[in-house]
This record gives sequence, structure tokens and C-alpha cells, in this order.
Amino acid sequence: MTHADAQAGSPPWDDATIAAIRRDMLRFARMQLRDGGAAEDMVQEALMAAMSSAKRFEGRAAFKTWMFAILRNKIVDHIRASSREICASALIGRAGEDAELEDFDVLFDRRGFWNPDDRPATWSDPEASFEQAAFWAVFDICMNNLPEHIARVYTMREFLELETAEICARLGITSSNCFVILHRARLGLRECLENRWFQGEAR
Amino acid sequence: MKMMMNCKDVTRLMSERYERTLSLRERMSLQVHTAMCVGCTNYGKHLEVLRKATARLREGNAGGEK
Repeated sequence: MTHADAQAGSPPWDDATIAAIRRDMLRFARMQLRDGGAAEDMVQEALMAAMSSAKRFEGRAAFKTWMFAILRNKIVDHIRASSREICASALIGRAGEDAELEDFDVLFDRRGFWNPDDRPATWSDPEASFEQAAFWAVFDICMNNLPEHIARVYTMREFLELETAEICARLGITSSNCFVILHRARLGLRECLENRWFQGEAR
Repeated sequence: MKMMMNCKDVTRLMSERYERTLSLRERMSLQVHTAMCVGCTNYGKHLEVLRKATARLREGNAGGEK
């Protein structure tokens, strides 16, 4: 923060900064909600809350982190209020855990060992990938490839950091069902990232 | 649990260890398996990458270079 900023207590935002943060927030919100309209509303609310606050920030990064915290809380509230209706229909009536994982059976042979073509390869320098916008675009695609109820449980767990016990309780599913869904999300995401990003990268 | 876990069992346990504390027996079975299995060793590393990636998204640090 510059001296002038500190003196005036002015927030470290200008139009370009806001636009960039807004774009990132929107992507984050869309990933959780899969509802463009609701995501827009929530990002808007979070932005306004952040901008109207008198809180001071040690630069842009801190400002952005704080805005994301506000957004995350709003999404958690939204999900807490609506998860039952949203998820119940998708989660109930499923044939159970084995059916849930059936589409991944092709990765393994009859004895349950990796098929040679599907065996996880070495990923070179994932941290470097994190610095590339293209990586996050692929990550987006891979999240969207997950079935909706799977993605929802996964984002509740990983993005919103809800405990598994709370997620199960909210969705009215057993913890073992919850574990299977999270396992399936990780299998699917990993597979997708390897195929669409890390495999090509290794050339 | 079976004495010898296959890769399918191992990937499942690797996910569950983020959700609950594994028993000693489970942890040992994992270790024995990954010592021999490159695919599952990589799988375990990839789950860590996923963890880091979601943490980045959570903190708003996933923009990448503009």
C-alpha cells in the first residue's frame, strides 16, 4: 500500500481491479451454484458489501481474499437454505454406492488393478500449472463434466469447507454415501485433468 | 477388509482419508500397496494437487497470468 492510500484509507480498487476480481468471483460462484443468475446476484451482493465497508486492506491481494470470504459465506448460506430441495431429487432413488461408481469400473481390470492406459501418470510441476489461466479454464470444464449432485457435494466439501457430517446431514444421506460421492468426484476430476491438461503438457 | 487391497480399494481409501481418520490397519495396507504401485502413488499425489487447486480457488488465487 502506498503512503497516500494509507492516509486516505482508500480501498485498493479501481475499475480494472474490480472487473478482474468480479470475473474470478463469478467463476467461483458458478462452479458452486450452476445457476448463472443466482451466481451473478451473489457476486453483486458480495461486491457491494465489500465496497461499502470501511475496512482497510493491505493491498489488492488482501482485498480479494476478503471479498472471496464474503462470497463464500453467502454461498454457504444459500446452500444451507436450499440444498435439501436441490439435491434430494438427485440423491434419492439412486441405486446405491456400487451404481454410483460403475462408470469408473472401466479404469480397472477384473481384479481391480489399473488398466495400463488409465494408470495415473506423473504430473510435471502442477504448481506451475496453477499460474496459467488456461489451466483454470480446463479445471472449470472438468468441474462441469461432473454430474451435478456429485459436483455439489464436492464443492460443499472443498470450496466451502463444510464438514462431511454437515453435508450428509443437510442432504439427508449417509456418511458412507457421502464418502463415495466425494471419491467419485475426485476420480472424475483427476481423470479429466490428466486427459485434458497434464497429458498434453508432458509432451 | 481384504488382506490385499487392489487399486480400486486403494483409491477409495485415499479419498476417505480426507474425510475420516483411517485405522492403523488401513494405513498400513495403503503403505504396503503404494510401495509397489506407481499408479496409486501418483493417484495420491494427484489428490493433493486437487486439494491445493481447490484451496487456490477458495482464496481467489486462481486467475493465472493475465
